[in-house]
Amino acid sequence: MRGCFSVSEGNLAKRAIVPLSRLRERAGERAKWLVSLPPTLFLLVFFLAPSLIMVAASFRYPGEFGGLAPLFAVSGRESGLTLEAYRFFFGDFTYLEIFLRSFAVAGLTTLICTLMAYPLAWLIARSPKKHRDLMVLLVILPFASNFLIRVYAWIIILGPLNLLYSSFAVIVGMVYVHLPFMVLPLYTNLEKHDPALLEAAQDLGANAWTRFWRITFPLSLPGIFSGAALVFIPVLGMFAIPELLGGTGDILIGNLIKEQFLDNRDWPLGSTLSLMLTVAVLGLAALAAWAGRTRRGRAG
Amino acid sequence: MAILEIRNVSRRYADLSAVDEVSFSVEAGEFFTLLGPSGCGKTTLLRMIAGFEAPDAGQILLDGVDLADTPPEKRPVHTVFQSYALFPHMTVRDNIAFPLKMAKKPEAEIRRRVQEALEQVHLSDKSSHFPHELSGGQKQRVALARGLVNQPRLLLLDEPLGALDAKLREEMRGELIDLQREVGVTFVFVTHSQQEALALSHRIAVMNRGRVEQLDEPSRLYGYPANRFVADFIGDINLMEAEVTEASQGHLRLRVPGLGEVMAPPVLDARAGEKGVLALRPEQARISAHAQTAELKNHFHGTVRGFLYLGDVTVYTVELDNGISMDALLANSAPGRAKFFDIGDDVFIAWRHDAGLFLRE
Repeated sequence: MRGCFSVSEGNLAKRAIVPLSRLRERAGERAKWLVSLPPTLFLLVFFLAPSLIMVAASFRYPGEFGGLAPLFAVSGRESGLTLEAYRFFFGDFTYLEIFLRSFAVAGLTTLICTLMAYPLAWLIARSPKKHRDLMVLLVILPFASNFLIRVYAWIIILGPLNLLYSSFAVIVGMVYVHLPFMVLPLYTNLEKHDPALLEAAQDLGANAWTRFWRITFPLSLPGIFSGAALVFIPVLGMFAIPELLGGTGDILIGNLIKEQFLDNRDWPLGSTLSLMLTVAVLGLAALAAWAGRTRRGRAG
Repeated sequence: MAILEIRNVSRRYADLSAVDEVSFSVEAGEFFTLLGPSGCGKTTLLRMIAGFEAPDAGQILLDGVDLADTPPEKRPVHTVFQSYALFPHMTVRDNIAFPLKMAKKPEAEIRRRVQEALEQVHLSDKSSHFPHELSGGQKQRVALARGLVNQPRLLLLDEPLGALDAKLREEMRGELIDLQREVGVTFVFVTHSQQEALALSHRIAVMNRGRVEQLDEPSRLYGYPANRFVADFIGDINLMEAEVTEASQGHLRLRVPGLGEVMAPPVLDARAGEKGVLALRPEQARISAHAQTAELKNHFHGTVRGFLYLGDVTVYTVELDNGISMDALLANSAPGRAKFFDIGDDVFIAWRHDAGLFLRE
């Protein structure tokens, strides 16, 4: 009898508690949303809105003195919506050529940055803990001086060597400016590697080279990927370095876009070029994600 | 012939002697354990056998060949690390295949042996999982399979059960014994847990401060510890300061301050006046409510001051009339046990004249 009693009491207690805990759960959900709302709104307004404005602008006519022509006809000038900018872009092979060259420059810069950053990041990660912070500080120290001044410094260095205004000078400048963006994520990755893994690999018969290729390198791929994103994408849009260090044939997408807005006052074409660049980068990112998934799928 | 021979090996760190003139040999097929508290040098010794550290003096011989000039990757010695050190970017199958690939075995042989190893550790269904998808016990099994798959001459195990919870640890203990018997590989096992060492090993080297204090079979270590450190480290024991008052062929007569006169088994070359400790296991001391018959020479009256109920047994702490405290163990299945004692109860503690051990410092 007593047993029966206590069981029903237990049920009552449970019935009282369960909804309460569920309420708490719901409150937690709500708090999560509340906290993440401001940054979400910020991104929505200040990233999405300009992007949409850019899309809209690419379908307009340029204004007489820059800006955009009005949507509704005024005194016989071109107005309304048009595919003029797109026709221009796809109709002229030089634009595509500049796009391809920009991707090549960004790819080469990323490759050189990876090759140069890897040993440095590895060295920092393997240094005694007390020295690491100082070494990282030294890597980001160049940021303390203005970007333009550092590029002008290269003019002074490369000028007397007769290397200025060439593709070589552009690559040198690009690598110089973006190297820390590759070192930092790589270092952060390499520092987290468990040294026991290398010992285990050695213990099981792997020599130094094999240990690198089979253990360190595959484990550092996420670091390489985030470094590559931080180098590749900014290089694609960079216009100051080709303008200051490159020759006439070295202009990249960044210069092209800048020209439309500041020199030619053709906002629709500038918007179209920007949009094409965004689409190309997103396409590349999607391709990388897809490749990453199939690679993992095969391993699994 | 001994498979592994350690000859006068020493290793110093700055002014600390991690391993100090250690010598022993391990027989083929043996389950050999290095047991000691943390910092006793057991892990350093293991790392020297694996090749990650070099001895400052002495030699390490495998099958009679000095290993000094052989780097770790060339030694037919594999290690199971405390943290398992499974490669996180490889599946269970690839982890186990790693040593075979390093040895450049043909693809078909690799596939066959990985499959065998997977079956041996009951993980055939987990072969495509990644390490982070496994439980602690499963990771442990993968590490074992990876260490054994290429049939090393020696498998070194560095506290491999340390990261598991108690129940799983007991389970893995049994599996480890079976596995070693099955594969016949010589195991050198490092642990700080005397229980693990006693349960698993054929022979144990008890280490302290870089030296081997005693090397023997588990039952000999437990029954006949060579000194105070070993007695104290292995199992529970009562240690009481003692002085020899009479030494003869058949027995020792000891004076134990705070207790009285005690009869103990003889010790080689004991002289009257010699000082040391009397070591008595709690299970050797009989606790009862009434005075015992005369067959038990050592007989003392006291009061229960505390007890620890462990399920199968209860350990009583008894304060004896002359002031010393002793632990006595009572199996809870003991037939005819009069009663379960309580704090404050009057009891008698007694043990046979051939129980207990006189140890020189």
